[in-house]
Amino acid sequence: MGALAAISRRVRDVAGLLTQPILPDDVLGTINPLWSRSEPHARIVELRRETPDTTTLVLRPGRRRPRHVPGQFVGIGLQIDGVWHWRTYSITSRPDDPHLAVTVTAVPGGLVSGRLAHATPVGTLVRIGPPSGEFVLPDPPPEQLLMVGAGSGITPIMGIVQDLAARRPELLDGAVLVHADRTERDLIFGAELRRISAATGMRLVPWLSARAGRLSAEALTDAVPDWAARLTYACGPAGLLDTLTELWERSGDPESLRIERFVPPPVSAEGVPGGRVRFTVSGITAEAAPGQGLMAAGEAAGALLPSGCRMGICHTCVGVLRSGAVRDLRTGDLHDTPDQYVRTCVNGAVGDVEIEL
Amino acid sequence: MTLPKAATTLAPIALVGPGTHTTTAPSSSSEHLTPEQIEQIGKELDALRTEVMNSLGEKDAKYIRRVIATQRALEFGGRAVLLFARFPPAWLLGTAALSVAKILDNMEIGHNVLHGQWDWMRDPKIHSTTWEWDHATPAAAWKRTHNYEHHTFTNIRGKDRDLGYTVLRVTPEQEWKPIALIQPLTNLGLSLIFEWGIALYDLEFDRRAAGEMPEEEAKAQMAAFRRKALRQIAKDFVLYPALSGPRGFLATAAANLVANLVRNVWSHAVIFCGHFPEPTETFEESRLEGETRGEWYVRQMLGSANLSGGPIFHIMTGNLSHQIEHHCFPDMPSNRYRQIAPKVREICARYGLRYNTGPLPKQYFKVLKKIARLALPGGK
Repeated sequence: MGALAAISRRVRDVAGLLTQPILPDDVLGTINPLWSRSEPHARIVELRRETPDTTTLVLRPGRRRPRHVPGQFVGIGLQIDGVWHWRTYSITSRPDDPHLAVTVTAVPGGLVSGRLAHATPVGTLVRIGPPSGEFVLPDPPPEQLLMVGAGSGITPIMGIVQDLAARRPELLDGAVLVHADRTERDLIFGAELRRISAATGMRLVPWLSARAGRLSAEALTDAVPDWAARLTYACGPAGLLDTLTELWERSGDPESLRIERFVPPPVSAEGVPGGRVRFTVSGITAEAAPGQGLMAAGEAAGALLPSGCRMGICHTCVGVLRSGAVRDLRTGDLHDTPDQYVRTCVNGAVGDVEIEL
Repeated sequence: MTLPKAATTLAPIALVGPGTHTTTAPSSSSEHLTPEQIEQIGKELDALRTEVMNSLGEKDAKYIRRVIATQRALEFGGRAVLLFARFPPAWLLGTAALSVAKILDNMEIGHNVLHGQWDWMRDPKIHSTTWEWDHATPAAAWKRTHNYEHHTFTNIRGKDRDLGYTVLRVTPEQEWKPIALIQPLTNLGLSLIFEWGIALYDLEFDRRAAGEMPEEEAKAQMAAFRRKALRQIAKDFVLYPALSGPRGFLATAAANLVANLVRNVWSHAVIFCGHFPEPTETFEESRLEGETRGEWYVRQMLGSANLSGGPIFHIMTGNLSHQIEHHCFPDMPSNRYRQIAPKVREICARYGLRYNTGPLPKQYFKVLKKIARLALPGGK
């Protein structure tokens, strides 16, 4: 394998002399975008309508299927009116599936999610980034598992459950999944989860908030009395995650609660007056408005910046702070040490800043 | 605002020669305009720019992808055919395809992508910060001298090094030196090696000699040039000829040489027609002081000249046939220049500003005539 890789690298180097100044990969990507390694693409081969506002996109990746761990998310790039837009979505297929599935819920007013969930036909080419995320089971997986998925928050959990059902079904016997949404028909993967539950002995606790109200700490502890003894994975709206964090901090072991946030906590413009942001590698200078993220300001000025989750989770977007100060829009933390890494998506400029990107 | 004065007192030097008929307005400069009118021109052009930039979309993205795909098909198709270059029909076909490919690469794709015209797509593969072209000068060096120096200081004598590219006397105000006597020959030579001329020009030996460039920067630029140049030469004159086999080596090398020459002569002609045909104007450095947006636009329009022709011609010139529009809006996607040209021309006509345009042979002849005249002292 090592020898093969070395040979193929040598072949690429020689081919590169013939295609320079572009790469052999660029030539392949021009013929068929799916052949590009440097800019991986995937084609949508199937659409599954899960609920009225949620669609699973089944993607056939190009030359290399990106490897993921169940629970991780992946960046999807979609071209809308000529412009590439990137968003991250949880992977809802299993690692050994040749296809890659992501499940997208249309967010009200969301440009990309709306387009992906409702108006992207089979055959569309999208770009895919490397899978990432920390919302994954430890190895070996825990015996006592509690999962809480609310709304589209069920999607990373579905990735985990599906994989366990196929590989280690015995671990789901005795596991609990609290599945919350507004009504029965809003429950994403409802039927599939019932099937897995029947097959494995996983206890499924549907929670319909239109009937029973929002899932509270009391409701959860009533439904799962031994919650504190379990390793818990929770994903859903910020309010629910805050409630759970508080419960675990109050009467449980905060270490045993793993959460994944889809929506960043509210941002604050306080103490973020904005300023002139210079990206030193590209030489592009942007004017950042008060409360605006460095990434948003840079993209508006035409800079090509690495981006992933756009909410301060995945660290795809980090750049070195060369000078100036930035403030985390979520926490209010000030970063002004030169040469430290900062995430451009969630940090705003406090005066003039230089970022190495 | 302090500008109004500049517009009226710094009257640009009239360069209109006898027998020039391409003006659409009688005026030879912008002297007749009031500061308010100049400001109004700026507003109208700004509005035009906003309108076009807001309307960019899928069609534009498809256009540039199609041009790039065409260029790559021509280049690698042409090179494949040239593997059999020892057969004359293959030689002709391959050389033609490769010549067109090199012209497309440099003009409609490279020059325009490096201006950031396509950055709005946020496509890392078609972006001014990642693009590299089939040209002796590294993209980064070109962006520095061209995008910033030439486009900012267009036709300012002493600031815009593109005025004669430091080797030709193209305005009478430039000091005459005996070397100018042979400048018709210099120009011919430059046209043949234009790619290398630009690369040397981008190394800014004049600035090095004047001690204006830090040594570290000078070294880094020289290293980048050497790397790029070696790979370019190796590709065209060693690797592909070698692939053609011992009997095809020379034929393929000759074909690549001709394709490079065709590209050089063509791009030289197009580029020289952009700023040098009479009666384009040049300006004094003092004009820059307090120059307003409107005055900047007027300088760009009076300092540039267009070429008339059909759609294919425009693409082959990289839409530099719309030099006037390009100089007003350097980062506007080039496929849109044709669409806005009538509007820019109408604005010029309404304000009595010259809109210099004509067919390539006619404009190029004017350039050659000027170079010949200015080989001798004086000139007007």
